[in-house]
Amino acid sequence: MSSLQDYLLLSSLLFSIGLAGVLIRRNAILVLIGIELMLNAANLNFIAFWRFGPNPSALTGIMFALFSISVAAAEAAVGLAIILAAYRHSKTTDLDRMNSLKG
Amino acid sequence: MIFAVLTVAGMAAAMGLRNAVHCVLALTAGFAGVAALYLQLGAQFIGLTQIMVYVGAVAILAVFAIMMTHNPEPVKQPAFSSQWFVGSIVAASVFAVLAWEIRSSTAFTQGLPPQPYVTVQRIGDALMHHFVLPLEIMGLLLTAALIGAVVIAMGHEEEMK
Repeated sequence: MSSLQDYLLLSSLLFSIGLAGVLIRRNAILVLIGIELMLNAANLNFIAFWRFGPNPSALTGIMFALFSISVAAAEAAVGLAIILAAYRHSKTTDLDRMNSLKG
Repeated sequence: MIFAVLTVAGMAAAMGLRNAVHCVLALTAGFAGVAALYLQLGAQFIGLTQIMVYVGAVAILAVFAIMMTHNPEPVKQPAFSSQWFVGSIVAASVFAVLAWEIRSSTAFTQGLPPQPYVTVQRIGDALMHHFVLPLEIMGLLLTAALIGAVVIAMGHEEEMK
């Protein structure tokens, strides 16, 4: 784990794991967690490019990752609230059974 | 290398286990592994932020959501969607394309640059001077998102009675 390529490979692996989770899980909360995994992979890319970039003392990668983490936290809060509202309506978090727009 | 293995194992377990609470527990290990990778890369502030936000807040929030939506009668249902095969193929091919591109790229030949001098004071200075407008917008966004989350999750008055 000493070159930029290694970190990029790791982050693309994390992204693919998150994408697989989003595509194959039935529980809506775990789908949201898969989205969080993909955001984490993007943050790892920000930090890796910042560290191996030509000008790491400019702090841009750190700032970008910081704001990205904040947006991800807001997204998790709103997403879980939407899942709770949908659960109250349809009594399930199973995405294969949430198949009607008008209850 | 150890942290990379820990991260991948935790996140793969988070997406593969049957029990949702076990998934969140494995996810916590994965997030901690990512935080360790940040520390390894010299981004101490981001690593500690990752621990506070993801391990501390997002995982707890997910556990609460799982407990609030828990189905009381244990119905034996498959954990994966009916199109799980197509989904795995898509994810694996995305990873194959990304890995092939990274491997075949010639853009990064330089080695590790010297460790940058990053302190919390420098980050705070940058946040208060150069990045003050994004910081304010982020505060507004977080406030709006949290109020919106409460309003969405609260439900209607007649349902509560």
